Amino acid sequence: MKIAVCIKRVPDTETRVRIAADGASIDESGVKFIVGPYDEFAVEEALQRRDQAGGGEVVAVALGPDAAQETIRSALAMGADRGVLLKADRIPADALAVAKALAAELKDGGYDLVLFGKMAVDDYHHAVGPMTAELLGLPCVTAVSKLALEGGKGVAEREIEGGLEVVEFALPAVLTAEKGLNTPRYPALKGIMAAKKKPVEVKPAALGESRVAVQSLALPPERKAGRILGEGPDVVPELVRLLRTEAKVL
Amino acid sequence: MANVLAVTEQRDGALRKTSREVVWAARQLADALGGGGTVDALVLGAPGVDAAGSKLGEVGADRVLVAEDASFARYAPDGYAATAAAVAKAGGYGAVLVAATAGGKDLAPRLAARLDAPLASDVTGVGIEGGKLTATRPVYAGKAIQLLRLDAPLAVVSLRPNTFVPGSAARGGAVSKVAASAVSRVTVREVKAAEQGTLDVAEASVVVSGGRGLKGPEHFALIENLAKALGAAVGASRAVVDAGWRPHAEQVGQTGKTVSPQLYVAVGISGAIQHLAGMRTAKTIVAINKDKDAPIFQVADYGVVGDLFEIVPRLTDEVAKAKAG
Amino acid sequence: MAPRFEGVDFYDVGSLLSEEERAVRETVRQWVDDRLMPVINQHYLEGKFPLQLVPEMAELGFFGANLPEEYGCAGLNNVAYGLIMQELERGDSGVRSFASVQGALVMYPIHAFGSEEQRKRWLPQLAAGEVIGCFGLTEPDYGSNPGGMITTAKETKDGWVLNGAKMWITNGSTAKLAIIWAKTGALEDPSSIRGFIVPTDTPGFSARDQKGKLSLRASDTSELVLQDVKVGKDALLPGSKGLKSPLSCLTQARYGIAWGALGAAMGCYDEALRYAKQRVMFGKPIAAFQLQQQRLADMLSEITKAQLLVLQLGRLKDQGKVSPQQVSLAKRNNVDMACDIAREARRLLGANGILAEYGAMRHLANLESVYTYEGTHDMHTLILGEEITGISAFE
Repeated sequence: MKIAVCIKRVPDTETRVRIAADGASIDESGVKFIVGPYDEFAVEEALQRRDQAGGGEVVAVALGPDAAQETIRSALAMGADRGVLLKADRIPADALAVAKALAAELKDGGYDLVLFGKMAVDDYHHAVGPMTAELLGLPCVTAVSKLALEGGKGVAEREIEGGLEVVEFALPAVLTAEKGLNTPRYPALKGIMAAKKKPVEVKPAALGESRVAVQSLALPPERKAGRILGEGPDVVPELVRLLRTEAKVL
Repeated sequence: MANVLAVTEQRDGALRKTSREVVWAARQLADALGGGGTVDALVLGAPGVDAAGSKLGEVGADRVLVAEDASFARYAPDGYAATAAAVAKAGGYGAVLVAATAGGKDLAPRLAARLDAPLASDVTGVGIEGGKLTATRPVYAGKAIQLLRLDAPLAVVSLRPNTFVPGSAARGGAVSKVAASAVSRVTVREVKAAEQGTLDVAEASVVVSGGRGLKGPEHFALIENLAKALGAAVGASRAVVDAGWRPHAEQVGQTGKTVSPQLYVAVGISGAIQHLAGMRTAKTIVAINKDKDAPIFQVADYGVVGDLFEIVPRLTDEVAKAKAG
Repeated sequence: MAPRFEGVDFYDVGSLLSEEERAVRETVRQWVDDRLMPVINQHYLEGKFPLQLVPEMAELGFFGANLPEEYGCAGLNNVAYGLIMQELERGDSGVRSFASVQGALVMYPIHAFGSEEQRKRWLPQLAAGEVIGCFGLTEPDYGSNPGGMITTAKETKDGWVLNGAKMWITNGSTAKLAIIWAKTGALEDPSSIRGFIVPTDTPGFSARDQKGKLSLRASDTSELVLQDVKVGKDALLPGSKGLKSPLSCLTQARYGIAWGALGAAMGCYDEALRYAKQRVMFGKPIAAFQLQQQRLADMLSEITKAQLLVLQLGRLKDQGKVSPQQVSLAKRNNVDMACDIAREARRLLGANGILAEYGAMRHLANLESVYTYEGTHDMHTLILGEEITGISAFE
């Protein structure tokens, strides 16, 4: 089975965010970069599906700066077979521009499955996966929490408000992974060593114009300091009074 | 450029609460754009759904366009995207707004790709600057706020639920039918209802969340009772979801849902950064915890220290009294 | 829920590591957070080694990680090996001891002194955790003086007969395989010491858990008794000759321990720092008080020095240039400073510091064993003294 997994190099979620001098991006000094956590579910799924199918190829694709080769190597260390870096010094804020570059790369790859994480934990767009699917003209299911594949067809489950949607589709298809789809493996130490020898192709990203610009990035306004009203249940009537009259939410 | 299309969402033939928010936001945007732009609301659903759209004039819809098809009873990703794209192309719109619900987060990118339009997702504010659409949105798990400028004659924007609280802006809201394009590359075979079948934590305007302080899944009844009294959704911290006490759909936080309710009550939750990331934009935060040094008290507007097993039932009583009286 | 460990790296030592070395460190660190930390307190209190974690550790390649790939090992360099030990011991010294024994004291001698058949037969199974091994050198009356051992191996027509007793043997009761060091000649002759691969189910071999330990409780420590244990000719490690052979294994283990102790110190420091920032007393966090800041500053200084020390030691080892005395210096320094840091961290934690919920006291107790084993602190002092002055002060 031939599977492409699109991954992104993102700051670790524990990062303390500081704004860079340009006022529109984060200060990257001291920031640890990782494979996006949702992308890891996608990589794991790809590896499991390849192995269940008795073989094939998992290709890890990333769009990003040169340092994203390290991100690709993490996927290779998990077990992906080769990598492709679409090199771009800055990842555009325009998700569609990114999707176009990815679609151009994936178009002729003959992939049975193209997997993404449901979103990137830096920009929270939730967009590149389904956009890429549209550009490729492929069926797409987003935020997949459970997947069954058989004989060229798939059934996916996704969480919606108040329930679970069960969606059917035929391969080839694009899926974006939700937390809980599987349990991503740690890169085994042998895998880390093997990753060094797996091929990573680097080529310039075919990025067109970006029609979304980050005008500014700022820290959120400080919440006004609140107060502890007191101890024990006897404080409750006062709390309710304040919620009514002061906060006006009751 | 001045017209705005608001794509609504229905469930079982009735419009979801977020639909009024989207139409209202569209109204505000059209007015800001000036030039007497119209707001059209698009309703997609099974035949007969036109009745659901009848009140959208109240929140500013000039027209309500209805696309009906048997396959539209439930969200049909390709059909909705194709239909909405066709309507969007035909109407000379400057912006298409969608609610960033589970369905909306799926629909908006597909729409943007079909329209070859830039997208801003899950935004908490929209505006105009120098004739271009701007969007404010939280990023890095809410640790920073981004202001985006979208540079195209048509843009797609998805709006964070519960943020654009509708006022009233009486407009015509005349209902008319438009063509439905029932293409499908994927088929929604069924929807398994969640056991509780109640309000979703990301949509509700009041959320009551429980954490490890509840000591066990059986005690969550306390949270459910308070939620019922408040008309709230039940949320949960990651710890209790990981422990299997509550379903993942209720999880609030970095790896769960990000919520922006009017009122968020955190019970027995210490306030780890990952949890705060999911609820720090709530308008009012109440924290109940036995540890007065718990980090949650640093973000809470009102805190009560003490035994939640005594405080929460008392709060449930007092709320019920306040609502009745 | 415990916060994830992010490491301690005041001087950006991470930038001196290769990408693979950082990736190795990351895998072990995450595994320890996800799989070891949730269960270690319980195991420590119950005095049980978390045996159920061995298959996962094996699958990730933690055992004999610096041995060649052809034997099923990860083929890492010595710095990466050290980082594994660092991250494991940040979790618990007992768990790191398991890995040290398996890798440096069982797999290493088979690789260094064994025949190709022995290597092929045992190393892949040991790497996979399917066979657990132990290292039988120390005896009840011969600890710091292993050359005085009285375990004997008499050659027979078909092989060897071993007699004797060993003590303080990590993995002794769980092991399927024991590397036993015994004198093949006169008891006065330490040059007759040779190594033997002894399956623990051989008649005459028995192991008994040493009870009542107040340190390294999450580790299997056992006595071994060999009573007319008959093994075949193929049990002998042909390359082993004299005390030098087991000592070279110890040098491997000591190298890993120098890194491991650093990990324990990092864990204690990190926990103490988080606690100090959160714990409020007299209206402010205790991190605001000068005496606590001094504790933390002292800890960080020692950790930073130790980090650079073992990194260079690892680079020297990778260049084939390292001496046992250089390893002694690092083991002695790092374990000693880790003992101090664990104690100071325990004190900073106040009353909470005596609870198993916090790692400091467990580390403190464990590190007392680490101070004593693999060459006591005092022995390493004399090793260095002899190296520096040219004069032996052992006797």
